[in-house]
Amino acid sequence: MVFDATAGLPESYRQSLVDRITRHAEPYLYTAPALILIVTIMLAPLVLGLSYAFRDVHLLNPFSGGYVGLDHFRTLYDDDNFYRALRNTLWWTGASVLLQFVFGLVLALLLDRPFAGRAIAQALVFLPWAVPTFLTGLNWAWLFNPVIGPLPHWLHALGFMNEPANILSNPQLAMWGPIVANVWWGIPFFAITLLAALQAIPRDLYEAAAIDGAGAIRRFTSITLPFLAPTIAITVLLRTVWISNFADLIIVMTSGGPADRTQIVASYIFTQAFRALDFGYASAIALVLLILLLAYSMLIVMLRQVLMDRG
Amino acid sequence: MNRYSTFGTALHRLAILCYVVFALFPLFWLLKVSVTPNDLLYSEGVRMWPSRMSFEHFRFVLAHSAFPVFFRNSMIVAGATAVIVTLLASLSGYALSRFTFRGKYWLVALMLLTQMFPLVMLVAPIFKMLSPLGLTNSLTGLVVVYTAFNIPFATFLMQSFFDGIPKELEEAAKIDGATQFMAFRQIVLPLTLPGIAATLGFVFTAAWSELLFALMLISGNSAATFPVGLLTFVSKFSVDFGQMMAAGVLALIPACLFFLFIQRYLVQGLTAGAVKG
Repeated sequence: MVFDATAGLPESYRQSLVDRITRHAEPYLYTAPALILIVTIMLAPLVLGLSYAFRDVHLLNPFSGGYVGLDHFRTLYDDDNFYRALRNTLWWTGASVLLQFVFGLVLALLLDRPFAGRAIAQALVFLPWAVPTFLTGLNWAWLFNPVIGPLPHWLHALGFMNEPANILSNPQLAMWGPIVANVWWGIPFFAITLLAALQAIPRDLYEAAAIDGAGAIRRFTSITLPFLAPTIAITVLLRTVWISNFADLIIVMTSGGPADRTQIVASYIFTQAFRALDFGYASAIALVLLILLLAYSMLIVMLRQVLMDRG
Repeated sequence: MNRYSTFGTALHRLAILCYVVFALFPLFWLLKVSVTPNDLLYSEGVRMWPSRMSFEHFRFVLAHSAFPVFFRNSMIVAGATAVIVTLLASLSGYALSRFTFRGKYWLVALMLLTQMFPLVMLVAPIFKMLSPLGLTNSLTGLVVVYTAFNIPFATFLMQSFFDGIPKELEEAAKIDGATQFMAFRQIVLPLTLPGIAATLGFVFTAAWSELLFALMLISGNSAATFPVGLLTFVSKFSVDFGQMMAAGVLALIPACLFFLFIQRYLVQGLTAGAVKG
């Protein structure tokens, strides 16, 4: 068969139309599965959860589900446990982030210097990050347990304790248990992020500064810190949000006890949903937490704007 | 000067050593108690290594407890989640890396939002949604939930790996008549294999470690994952430290293997999309 030139034209025109449509649809086809999952499994429950905050939803009560208006929020307003959880959240987050950051920065600086066996040392110090968090919690709970753990005996021998006791059952000290576990687990994250930022600093800057006679401390404050500042700011701010919501360690190690001294807002929400099966009240607390976190995020965005305007 | 730097080097090595000891000691202790026979557990409390080793706890856990089932369940859930997430995230990450399209900004904003809000908020509503579908107390339900939770981070991670691959390669292939998808599958994906491995590792570890949703969605032993099983075991038989720690060592194995496998990509790869632990 012989085709003439004119018969080919509409064919190729149609081809290019199909082409154009596929080309336009293509990015949506690539992203559709991810988007659908996020919308159905994260966004829809989020909206549903927000509606629970105004409803009486008890898992075991089939007659629940009616709207109660702001009742949950009135209860919340007078709920001393909630205020204690809020204070505990600040303490838990502040101490964890600060310690993780300081130890992580020191580790990153140590690893930034070449030495024999650096690869293996790096793998070993980053290992805690791979340990599942439930196991991290259990592991540290065991270390703090005077029956099988060494820590109470060491603390006793060093004179910090009158007798080898479990700090997790001491209301004054219990929060230190999850904080120590969290620091152990979280140092690698800071170290990895900061190490990557350190390695992006041009080496010749240091050489030039050394030739100009700048000492180690001067080089650190005038080269390293300014270069690291944006990474530090973003990592610390984002990590703060993440850790304030991080309830696993507390649930595993103390379940909020003793006497609610380690209950943070996130673990309080989980306890209300999981133990009390009071989904309505849990969602009301969650809504308040969300608003607080949004306010905090706005603060980050504004701060970032200020930093970027300056830089 | 020379003496100062020798001193500095010694201090540097000492500090590194301290970090290594701090990082490894808890895991060492876990291993130590798991191989300590019961009769020595209390008498040799703070000794660094038991005078006699035994694998009785491991034998018991493997033969007479439900831990092999938990282990299998966790393997299925974490493995399936890792494979599905990596597949879907490489598609969406590729779209974010190579295309400009309407709504892209909102898609990225939505994904960032999911990284910011507390997932614990979703515990109750997800339970309510999945329960009429028969997806509570089922491994499928867990896979669906974990897949959704991990996709945003994995997408950013994959995007950063695609960004590192020059576009010219695909353009050359398209001139030779390949469609964009063929170029993606046959040229870009093979070049991103290290990135794919890293994403698989991250997602596997995350799914392997997840606790709160597993606790809420799973009741009973048959569908329990490792964290749920271990925690139930702890609250029921809280005196059998040797067995619990033997189970803990088993839970550690897959996560550590994956970590050793991916750790060399950590410093380059993680910074790109690192928001989440």
